[in-house]
Amino acid sequence: MADETPAVELRDVTKRFRSPDGSVYTALRDLSMTVAPGEFCAVVGPTGCGKSTTLSLVSGLEPASAGTVHIDGVPVTGIDPRVGFMFQSDAVFPWKSVLANVAAGPLFRGRPRKAVLGEAREWVRRVGLAGFEEHLPHQLSGGMRKRVALAQTLINEPRILLMDEPFAALDAQTRQIMSDELLRLWELTRPSVIFVTHDLEEAIALADKVVVLTVGPATVKGEYRVDLPRPRRVQEIRFEPRFVALYERIWQALRDEVKLAYARTAKAVAA
Amino acid sequence: MSAVTLETTAAAPARTRVRVRRRRLVVRTSQLALVVAFIGGWELAVRAKLIDEFTYGRPSMVVAQLKTWIFDGTEVGSLGAQIWVTLEETLIGFAIGVSLGVVLGVALGRIPFLADVFDPFIKVMNSIPRIVLGSIFVLWFGLGLLSKVVLVVVLVFFAVFFNAFQGAREVDRNLIANARILGASPRKVTWQVVVPSAMTWIIASLHIAFGFALIGAIVGEFIGAQHGLGLLINEARGAFNPNGVYAAMLIIAVVALAAEWLIALLERRLLRWRPSQLPSSPDI
Ligand SMILES: Nc1ncnc2c1ncn2[C@@H]1O[C@H](COP(=O)(O)OP(=O)(O)OP(=O)(O)O)[C@@H](O)[C@H]1O
Ligand SMILES: [Mg+2]
Repeated sequence: MADETPAVELRDVTKRFRSPDGSVYTALRDLSMTVAPGEFCAVVGPTGCGKSTTLSLVSGLEPASAGTVHIDGVPVTGIDPRVGFMFQSDAVFPWKSVLANVAAGPLFRGRPRKAVLGEAREWVRRVGLAGFEEHLPHQLSGGMRKRVALAQTLINEPRILLMDEPFAALDAQTRQIMSDELLRLWELTRPSVIFVTHDLEEAIALADKVVVLTVGPATVKGEYRVDLPRPRRVQEIRFEPRFVALYERIWQALRDEVKLAYARTAKAVAA
Repeated sequence: MSAVTLETTAAAPARTRVRVRRRRLVVRTSQLALVVAFIGGWELAVRAKLIDEFTYGRPSMVVAQLKTWIFDGTEVGSLGAQIWVTLEETLIGFAIGVSLGVVLGVALGRIPFLADVFDPFIKVMNSIPRIVLGSIFVLWFGLGLLSKVVLVVVLVFFAVFFNAFQGAREVDRNLIANARILGASPRKVTWQVVVPSAMTWIIASLHIAFGFALIGAIVGEFIGAQHGLGLLINEARGAFNPNGVYAAMLIIAVVALAAEWLIALLERRLLRWRPSQLPSSPDI
């Protein structure tokens, strides 16, 4: 492993926030993890533990309070053009058409308009939205908007792809279709992925490695290699014995944290 | 909207349409009746000497006044020229005021440092009854176009500025983060994310701002001018001619309605991306 620099490396990262009441809240404490080039890494953990925070540190949107974040061995000091980020909540531009939304990234980066529009058309087709180029986001379903966001992110050909519960708001069927689509598109360019999810099944079905975070302040509780063969079909892989065994093992680790998080919020409500 | 409902109610739309049209006709007729009753009542009351013509005027004389202005011109030149002078002051002041309001509002909304620095000054400026500044501006800038334009700019600026500022601050942080990740420079974030987002707020303020612009121009002319609708009102008042005041008011109302219509058109054009408040297909 010595010859391979990790695509993403978090080294003893701590992140503190000042809460509105002035006190300091520690969201991440001494968190260390790595993602190899081309690796699909899923991150699971109880709600509010600091998963989104971890992604915002990798993206360069937020600085770490202590510790370092490296991309290809170079410390992150700001937003890196190699990073793509699909946000937890809808972030497509509501005043831009589907095509303009998908074309936004390369145009922001100053590429010539004509070439970009051709490329954007191609990406719109790839995510299954051909014929909807001129639609506005509010005229699309939630699942279609997620596809726009996916195309918008992938058109920049990120080497590091951060995804924050991208499919959480979708129904189970759409989510499976989107997952398969994501894997297919990921195979095309093979970026390193950090995929945050609440859904352990989704995590195992998609990833090469599942990282379990502890209840906040988050740190890594365990890392689990998923050695299921690719290419995978998300709806079928769930029934394989090896999948089930992995699920059992990881769930053991995750369950305790989820219970802790739940007890904590229950106490906060009671207080 | 399934095929079934369409089939079972195939005859209904025609009937509904007839009912809708009839209702609209009734509403319009009632409105017309109200206007006729009000103006007719006024005219009759004056003729029957129930109210004093020299204090309250008389509708038929208002029409006569309009006719005189249109065909013989006013004491200070043709009517068209007076309307044009007022419109010119209004439009120039409006354009400058809106531009300044949008630019400064968005800048202060985007740059917290500037917002902190300017905050007390803006609060003080805003608490001054600005219409009073008209008298000062006539002293400073004379009886011509400039003093009115400056007054209009001041009135319009504040109306637009606060909305642009608020709009720039309320921009969804996710959209900004997304644009930055996608590769937008701060300048592109401002122009392609903040300004379009704030547009809803800015356009909402334009309706009020245009009203202020017209008020500013007319009050400015009122205070001191050689031309314009405000001057006509002032002269009519001085000559104890209420009909002249009404006639000028009528002209101003027409101008304001036309402007309102244009702004609504602009609004529909610029804010097409918003889900419309009205159902796109008529419900049955
Ligand atoms: N800007 C901020 N200011 C203050 N506290 C914050 C801020 N951002 C996040 N936090 C806190 O940090 C903790 C972690 O937040 P984060 O959004 O990373 O959680 P998460 O794991 O993504 O949760 P979820 O699964 O519900 O999305 C939360 O307790 C949150 O209240
Ligand atoms: Mg989150």
